[in-house]
Amino acid sequence: MAILRTEKLDKWFGGLHVTDEVDFTVETGEVHCLIGPNGAGKSTFFKLVLGEHAPSGGAILYDGENITRAKPFERIRRGISVKFQVPGIFQALKVRQNLQIALQHHLQGATLNEEIDRLLEFLKLKDAQDQLAGSLSHGQKQWLEIGMAIALKPKLLLLDEPTAGMTPDETFATGEMVQALNAQGVSVLAVEHDMAFVRQIAQKVTVLHFGKVFAQGTIDEIVADERVAAIYLGEVHA
Amino acid sequence: MSSRNSVSSALRLLEGPQTLGKGPGFWAGFAVVLALACAYPLFADGYDVGNNVYFFNWAFMALGLGLIWGYGGALSFGQTAFFGVAGYAYGVLTINLGDAYGLTFFSLVAAVAISALFAAVLGYFLFFGRISGVFLGIVTLSVTLVLERFMSQTAGPEWAIGSARLNGFNGMGGMPSLTIPWPGGDIVLFPDVALYYLTLAILVVVYLALRMLVNSRFGNVLVAIRENPQRAEMLGYDIRRYQLGAFVIGSGLAGLSGVLYTAWGNYITPSSMGMSAAALPVVWVAVGGRSDLTTTLFGTLLVLAGFQYLTIYGSQYALVVMGVLLVVTILAAPSGIFITLGALFSKGLRRRLKRERA
Repeated sequence: MAILRTEKLDKWFGGLHVTDEVDFTVETGEVHCLIGPNGAGKSTFFKLVLGEHAPSGGAILYDGENITRAKPFERIRRGISVKFQVPGIFQALKVRQNLQIALQHHLQGATLNEEIDRLLEFLKLKDAQDQLAGSLSHGQKQWLEIGMAIALKPKLLLLDEPTAGMTPDETFATGEMVQALNAQGVSVLAVEHDMAFVRQIAQKVTVLHFGKVFAQGTIDEIVADERVAAIYLGEVHA
Repeated sequence: MSSRNSVSSALRLLEGPQTLGKGPGFWAGFAVVLALACAYPLFADGYDVGNNVYFFNWAFMALGLGLIWGYGGALSFGQTAFFGVAGYAYGVLTINLGDAYGLTFFSLVAAVAISALFAAVLGYFLFFGRISGVFLGIVTLSVTLVLERFMSQTAGPEWAIGSARLNGFNGMGGMPSLTIPWPGGDIVLFPDVALYYLTLAILVVVYLALRMLVNSRFGNVLVAIRENPQRAEMLGYDIRRYQLGAFVIGSGLAGLSGVLYTAWGNYITPSSMGMSAAALPVVWVAVGGRSDLTTTLFGTLLVLAGFQYLTIYGSQYALVVMGVLLVVTILAAPSGIFITLGALFSKGLRRRLKRERA
């Protein structure tokens, strides 16, 4: 059963075909990484799934339902959640209030406070809960945003370069968080550059190139694929 | 039992992350200020007290703009449109309905409702059309200027609604004051002590209600939208509805200002929706500190009093001074004078200042 499926998903920007009839599937319970050289169309594909761009053609199915025309917040309410590349947090608000805003949809009163405490523990942000989110370190901001994303209890978590700007230690800790979430049944789609991180978390890898699916497989298959190595070095323009 | 719980949880919202001031110290100060305001008519002439109701009349529009701009992050430059619409609506309604049987208060509520409805229609196109930033200011300013132009050309006898002549540039007068029906003779609220207490009471209720609103879940989402609209939407909130909600409430308060002003002076003119009128609320709110209700309220009263002083004592340059004040505030104290000065004495305010500058 697929949690997310795109069928001939298509996007033109003027004369530029940035997403070229992409058929793509994330199976339920899977951690799936999307990689590709700069300009491969990863970000556009991500925004199409989120609903920030309207596709030029094709369909997006989430949990069997067609969400191609659904608004972004409607997709979130159905169980998709997202962490952006640049930490999308509420800088001028306290860490605790950031999580409260994410959680107040479905919780209130004492249960709300318990859940905030549980998340602070998971995110290693217990000591920083009364700081302003803007004063956190870069890695902590990334974790806070992951926390806000998972506060929604998503079935599908979208991660856009979750480890951008992180130290190797922070990257590894982030990988452990993703694995812990996946163990709880959350499906994950991550766009990522850092191959060490991809190796740590990915059960399946898809390579995008010029808006098309170029290769697909396990991380070992992808690394062994000479054509993939070639496009990263800029030799093949298939 | 459950109703008592909901009352106590509503009262808890009087303090929270979105409002300055908490604990016994703050509320003691609140009580002292309120007591002084209540005692003022005991030490002043009724005529002066009535005149000074003028300052309270504008405070509602300022608090509403604080909600829309300071909390929601959407700068409306045309709150005077709702002020004018409600003022004229009060005039038309009361001139036609009269002042018996409490109909002036019915007209007050109806006029505020009309301005809120107008804000709902305009706000729908603005926010569901995803107009934001400077364009929101341009559109709202245009709306108020169009209304000013339109009302200015209604001098002819054909421009009448019922028995109410709109009167063009000269403005509409002759509408009754607010009148309380009373056995043995209605109480007419001329600008005097009774009107002062009524307006003060409405102001206190609105201030406290807004404190509860901004500290509620709604207020949480509103400041989240100000901080990062994309993230707020990606937490599953339909941000357009929240922005529209704040806009309608804030504009209804501008309408309340319009009604109270019109009933106070028995007069409303198109220039109340003109360029300088539209700019002034932005100055009041910015100077006091738009990100907090209390600083907005006191900043507004302070700037209004200063403006009045300059105008009365011969200066033709009161408006220029207001413009300079706005520029200086934006350059030197973008968080408003109270938070900037308070930061000299309070660590908490220093932190707040730092984050608002960031």
